[in-house]
Amino acid sequence: MNAIVEFRGVGYGVRQATGPLEILRDLSFAVEPGETLVLLGRSGSGKTTALKLVNRLLEPGAGAVLVEGRATVEWDPIRLRRRIGYVIQETGLFPHFTVAENVGLVPRLEGWPADRIRARVDELLERMDLPPAEYRGRYPRELSGGQRQRVGVARALAADPPLLLFDEPFAALDPVTRFDLQRQFLAWRRTFQKTSIFVTHDVREALMLATRIGLMHGGRLEMLAPPDEFLKTANEEARAFLASLDWRRETDAYRPVQ
Amino acid sequence: MPTGLSSEIASRTAEHLELVLIAMFFATAISIPTGIWLTLRAGMRPWVLGLANVLQTIPSLALFGFLIPVPLIGGIGKRTAIVALVLYALLPILRNTLVGILGVDAAVRESAVAMGMTSGQVLWQVELPLAMRAILAGVRVAAVTTIGTATIAAAIGGGGLGVFIFRGISTVDSAQILAGAIPAAVMAIVADEGLGWLERKLSPV
Repeated sequence: MNAIVEFRGVGYGVRQATGPLEILRDLSFAVEPGETLVLLGRSGSGKTTALKLVNRLLEPGAGAVLVEGRATVEWDPIRLRRRIGYVIQETGLFPHFTVAENVGLVPRLEGWPADRIRARVDELLERMDLPPAEYRGRYPRELSGGQRQRVGVARALAADPPLLLFDEPFAALDPVTRFDLQRQFLAWRRTFQKTSIFVTHDVREALMLATRIGLMHGGRLEMLAPPDEFLKTANEEARAFLASLDWRRETDAYRPVQ
Repeated sequence: MPTGLSSEIASRTAEHLELVLIAMFFATAISIPTGIWLTLRAGMRPWVLGLANVLQTIPSLALFGFLIPVPLIGGIGKRTAIVALVLYALLPILRNTLVGILGVDAAVRESAVAMGMTSGQVLWQVELPLAMRAILAGVRVAAVTTIGTATIAAAIGGGGLGVFIFRGISTVDSAQILAGAIPAAVMAIVADEGLGWLERKLSPV
């Protein structure tokens, strides 16, 4: 009962011109303190929808999503969201705010005094390998993709929320930068000790970062297992993801004969 | 006569400017809030934009004429002229406010909400600053058209630089026409440049 987030029989659908479309069906799982639960799935599997139910950007059509033991619909949405850090692909930073203003956003909304915000922003930029003297006054457009994503992580951490949500945060980065940030993610996790839910379609990323992998397929949770079990499973959808790692065997057949 | 003319040019220019400023004040005060409201009411957009569009298609001289018999806002004089100018200036500001706010990157808006901003904070701190450039462009277009259209106010006793133009037409005196047209053109250029400068100055990105 000390799960930070719990999905209980959650369903979610939308009405479309062609009729109702079911996106999530009977989704149940719990996220334990300190873990990194990675929701892995193809496009359209419902993983991002599940994430948005946690900070009440969406509300469940059936069942309930509990955060710290309380249904999201019973939380004041503003209070709930300020307790949950949120990192999305590239574009989430405010283009008209400097790096320092972006990172200090939630503390400012929470009414922290200016000097405390400044100290917190500098501390986080330092941790993200962005020297504050050089970066605090820059605008997002003056940063590289990897730097923007670090600012995004710093912004999510600013008010020290107990829970972080990541929606494919590294998907738009080049592979070298992405790997660099994935490694740093592991280091940040050790430093900040946060509970995270991380959405991705990249099986390698899931295996690298997850304490447990939740495999989503067609709006359902197919399996929920630690990475080493995931590697050994017979589940068809999981095998389909793992096959993409086995590129050598797949390509050998197409290699020109010497 | 030259000294008499130049002092009349000065007073008519001031009168013209007054018409434009009052009309622009009301047009902006009506259009920006309405534009913001329309961002939340997709169903109302075609109706309101359609109405503003229709107002703009009425030939300006006819619009001034139509308003004369209308009770309360009608009659001969400045008030009627200002009402007509306001109706003309609504559309560009309204449309640009709507388009500017709807054009804010969906990911930026979503992360604003996800950070725990209230809808008022999202509007004032994110949407309006990012839409500012578009809104000001609308104000600029409206201001330049209003300066031109305000010359017709003289036809219904509204005064302004149009007085010279109508007088010049009826007496076939091109000096009189130019005495109205040149200051109006200069005013339009100054407004265009000034608001353009403000647009660049205030646009955040």
